[in-house]
Amino acid sequence: MNETRTLVSPHTLGTRRGKAIYWTTLVTIVVVFTFVFVFPLYWMVTGAMKSPDELADVPPGVFPHHFDLSGYREAWRQLDLGLYLRNTLVYAFGAWLFTMGVDVTAAYALSKLRPMFGRAVLGLMLATLMIPPMVILLPAYLTVKDLPLLHVNLLNTPWAIWLPAAANAFNIFLLKRFFDSIPTELLQAAEVDGASPARILWSVVLPVSRPILGVVSIFTIVNVWRDFVWPLLVLPDSQRKTISVAISSLAVQVPQNVLIGSLVIASVPTIVVFFVFQRHIMAGLTAGGLKG
Amino acid sequence: MTTARTLVRPAAARSRRRPSRTRRTVKRNLTAYGFLCGALICFAFFSWYPIVREVLLSFQKTNFVGEARWVGFDNFRTVLADPGFTDAWVNTAEFTLLALVVGYVIPFAIAIVLNELKHARAYLRFVVYLPVMLPPAVAVLLFKWFYDPGPGLFNQLLHAAHLPGLSWLDSTSTALISLVIVSTWMNLGSGTLIYLAALQSIPGELYEAAELDGAGLFRRIRHITIPQTRLILLVMLLLQIIATMQVFIEPYLLTGGGPEGSTVTVAYLMYQYAFNFTNFGGGGALGLMLMLVLMVFSAIYLRVSREEAR
Repeated sequence: MNETRTLVSPHTLGTRRGKAIYWTTLVTIVVVFTFVFVFPLYWMVTGAMKSPDELADVPPGVFPHHFDLSGYREAWRQLDLGLYLRNTLVYAFGAWLFTMGVDVTAAYALSKLRPMFGRAVLGLMLATLMIPPMVILLPAYLTVKDLPLLHVNLLNTPWAIWLPAAANAFNIFLLKRFFDSIPTELLQAAEVDGASPARILWSVVLPVSRPILGVVSIFTIVNVWRDFVWPLLVLPDSQRKTISVAISSLAVQVPQNVLIGSLVIASVPTIVVFFVFQRHIMAGLTAGGLKG
Repeated sequence: MTTARTLVRPAAARSRRRPSRTRRTVKRNLTAYGFLCGALICFAFFSWYPIVREVLLSFQKTNFVGEARWVGFDNFRTVLADPGFTDAWVNTAEFTLLALVVGYVIPFAIAIVLNELKHARAYLRFVVYLPVMLPPAVAVLLFKWFYDPGPGLFNQLLHAAHLPGLSWLDSTSTALISLVIVSTWMNLGSGTLIYLAALQSIPGELYEAAELDGAGLFRRIRHITIPQTRLILLVMLLLQIIATMQVFIEPYLLTGGGPEGSTVTVAYLMYQYAFNFTNFGGGGALGLMLMLVLMVFSAIYLRVSREEAR
């Protein structure tokens, strides 16, 4: 790849001593990283294959006695994981739809239509990034419980996840910054052809914004999937919980191997997303700026 | 069309252009706010209003039956008189500091080493980020099992190394550090990758020049690597403080604040006030205090990141 010079010079690395140190470090790092970051996951995946007695063994076996998937099957059945996976999927997908619909149009308006007070509106939106989500947890909960003016209770409805997810200043910031970089001439050409703003957004802006749309989509979906405190509060009904909340609330009622099996099942979707979109996720993490 | 007319009848056109431009401005603004209204509604209900309400909440008594009552500083007096109040702040500060000691230096050190390696880069980057992708509740419950003093993984590893086991979450002396370990394990990947990106932008000539001047490895780190990544280091420091001070899920799932309140954090106490003692006013007061403290860090962060953008 790019052979830019780093901390240690290629010359030092070329010497016999340099090579020895390099390879020792490399092997140590690979072993340590595998042990620290992969081994716990191995322990989890195999833990679900052990029987409760086997799990209580001291010292524990590195390999399960049998290749036995009943821990997973029981997790699926006893904890009703199908229901909770479906719930979480509905919340994540709906949040994605709302985020796309609301944040993309808002960023487009602020970037290209430039209305009066547009800067003030953007400023007010970005100011919310200063307020950590945890500190407005209670008032946000009370708001969802009894929506001001409308007096609707959104608790136990998907709206409690979808609508707040769309109020995401960071998405608007990322999208607006990307839209700003689209040359105005491109839009003017379409305008001259008589295209309406909506039409321009749909057929000019969106097609060239695929990279940023991808980043925003992945982060929106993954965030809903990972979120814990908010769904814990706003979806108390046992039939409507997300998978994370459901597992944590049922954790004490099931045998150890069943619980571990459910942990594996709950992490499969995000790990798969990571495998598939690894590049986008890592690029979004660094290029998309920083987020707390 | 307008231009064609301007050429023929300038006087008439001028009188007509003004209203048409105004109309166009009005139309553009209407369209723009049409596009914005979804976001404005969402922000108004779920961001702006809750921020205002957080302040109101801390000065009110709400019992969900009648109207909320203004009670002045009563809520603050209640939480200040709570013996758990000081403990919660001390625990939060301790958690934040421990998380910094462990979780701030390690990702940077890892990034420096990873940046030197020419092999297995993709693999190492992948595995270090793997825990970040687990749902936090899964990671925390997984570690709860590892912390089991009997057959739990950690004590078994200690026994294998002929070391005495620890009581981890069950002892006041180790409970908080146990929370820090999970938290670090599941969050360290993102910091590492951000540092790695920053390190890759350091021009190689700087190291070359320093080496010619006879600077050893550690002096190169001190005089080149750290100054060159100073801003990102500062930004990450602030972000980490802001993130860890809000710690909730670890005490909620691992210890329930115990043993003997040694892991009750401010966010957790706030939750308890609202949902266990149904005292939203008290919770609101705690939330407001936490907000004010965190906003100090946010303000510094904004200044730093603006400087970085320049």
